[in-house]
Amino acid sequence: MPEDVNIHVKHLTRVEGHGNIIFNTKNGKVSNVIWEVDEAPRFFEAFVRGKSYHQLSHITSRICGICSIGHSLASLRATEAAMKVEISEQTELLRRLALHGENMQSHSLHVGYLVAPDLLGAPSVVPLVKTHREAVVKIVRLHKLANYLSDLTCGRTIHPITLEVGGFTAIPTEKQLVEVRKQLVQGMEVTGEVAGIVLANADKLPDFQRETEFIGLTNDDHYAYYKGDIASTDGGRWPPEDYLKIANEYVVPQSTAKHSKHNRDSYMVGALARLNLNYRHLTDEAKAVAEMFGLKPVCHNPYMNSVAQLVEIMDSLVDSTKIINELLSRGLKEEKNEMEIRAGRGVGAVEVPRGILFHDYTIDKLGNCIKANCIIPTNQNHGNIQKDMEAIAPTLLGKPEKEIELTLEMLVRAYDPCISCSTHYLNVKFK
Amino acid sequence: MKPRVAFFDFASCEGCQLQVVNLEEKILDLIDVVEIVSFREAMKEHSDDYDIAFIEGSIQRPMDEERLKKIRKNAKILVALGACACIGGVNKLRNEWTVDQVKEEVYKDADIEGNDLFDVFPTKAVDEVVDVDFYIPGCPINRNEFVKIVSQIAIGRKPKLPSYPVCVECKKNENICVFELGKFCLGPVTRAGCDAICPSFQDGCEGCRGFLDDPKMNCQKDVLRKYGITLDEMMKRLNMFNYKKGVY
Repeated sequence: MPEDVNIHVKHLTRVEGHGNIIFNTKNGKVSNVIWEVDEAPRFFEAFVRGKSYHQLSHITSRICGICSIGHSLASLRATEAAMKVEISEQTELLRRLALHGENMQSHSLHVGYLVAPDLLGAPSVVPLVKTHREAVVKIVRLHKLANYLSDLTCGRTIHPITLEVGGFTAIPTEKQLVEVRKQLVQGMEVTGEVAGIVLANADKLPDFQRETEFIGLTNDDHYAYYKGDIASTDGGRWPPEDYLKIANEYVVPQSTAKHSKHNRDSYMVGALARLNLNYRHLTDEAKAVAEMFGLKPVCHNPYMNSVAQLVEIMDSLVDSTKIINELLSRGLKEEKNEMEIRAGRGVGAVEVPRGILFHDYTIDKLGNCIKANCIIPTNQNHGNIQKDMEAIAPTLLGKPEKEIELTLEMLVRAYDPCISCSTHYLNVKFK
Repeated sequence: MKPRVAFFDFASCEGCQLQVVNLEEKILDLIDVVEIVSFREAMKEHSDDYDIAFIEGSIQRPMDEERLKKIRKNAKILVALGACACIGGVNKLRNEWTVDQVKEEVYKDADIEGNDLFDVFPTKAVDEVVDVDFYIPGCPINRNEFVKIVSQIAIGRKPKLPSYPVCVECKKNENICVFELGKFCLGPVTRAGCDAICPSFQDGCEGCRGFLDDPKMNCQKDVLRKYGITLDEMMKRLNMFNYKKGVY
């Protein structure tokens, strides 16, 4: 009889937040495989109640440092939908630019600092500074460029300042946009080089397939981040207001974060889901990166999520230059945000780096929030991570313990989980 | 010998640790001055042998309290990193309700009885549990201030935070006062050090760095009266990062 294996990874490293992996075998069979989340719950939806409409995005951006721009925008879109506030085309373009900045920042952090060490056999990026300095410098350049774009559009990268209900408190100058466009073009070349490095080590990504459902936003004219309908690779298209029909949340005992399911036992959101749903709208430059890796829709290998992120970095770079061209040809205008406070309920759905994010607010006639619900990408992925683990576990039997541990760690990391987000936690039911 | 540095996170958005990553190539300089031995968000390597511990986040549960006390024992110097650690930050907004009320609202349908993971008490700042040697305030922290403070600690100096309000930096930046733009600002009572970043983008200060040791609250109230801001609106603003039961 083979010896029993007992793996317990307490507080998995190189992910945002606190999660544990448990893997046990008994008499040569997998007896237990669990993805556990023990992050402290934070109750955001409970404490935004009673807060004014103009504070909501500033409070909820604090759900997550990495995707604070995405949270702000989902929050603003929900508030604006509730109060029937219209925004200008310029505002929409600048917001899309802000989302691209965050997407590139988050993806380059994940691919470069969190995933690459696994591909290059290092415990972290720190030893890579010595062994793979050039590659590290390329990632740092991309990350810095992404943050520069966020600083320009949002005032700062983490917890945006300028984004407000109806528009912006301050906007970049045309000169700044011209300068950042120059750097974005240079960034495309750097991204191509980074893709080459990842490709050379892509054999370390396990070839694991488990058919699942992918959920994300979609729209008819471009690769959807800022707005769209909810779509599924199993078919179907719904307006964002129907999100509760899609993200059916439930509680499991091993987790302070909720799990979600729709058509099957679980579904996946994030870069791979977006690519699977919206491949046709990727820019040619981004499609070229996907082709390097043979990544085509519908791909059911969760480890390829990191590659999909790389594709999206290229897409965000190219699309950002297009948005800047449009802004410059229209000419930037200082706009006044005038609005009326109105009671109502609104849903904001935005694609953030880790997948589709929903904020849902009810606002009273004084402009105060009386009910809130936020459904976070990582929550929607927890169930899929668990199901993937259950599917991959038997294939790992008989392998050395270190290899089993690494394969499971890499699986969770591929999802780029944002655990502090996912334990914002509140089981709100709308009647 | 370079001081050994470890980062730990509790209930927070982890944005302050991300600000450390956002130092970009300056991190490489930082590694010249200190040795990072634990940084779970970015590193698999870990050691319990460290001199300086950076604590991000607020303390919410007995299990977190226990973990924090262990860290305090191991560390020669303990630094609170960011608003959640220094003053409780937005996490303290939940203290407006009792734990039972929040649990009732949140976990109505779920069976969490006896589950330690959900065993929360009212949010605490780090210094409500253990002694804190230094504070790096802000939501998020200011990257430049972080580098300055770490460099000072590394050579054995005691870093000092500004004792003047955000208004001083705002004036220096030649901004139009945001009150003149019809907005609200906590700059007059909030500790400087952020280079008045929010008012510089025409948004009022939200007090994320905490109030001055001797804030001139009456002057702040006069300003609010002058610009016709209601008490309710003022309390909401004051509470955002600095929640306190009762009135100021």
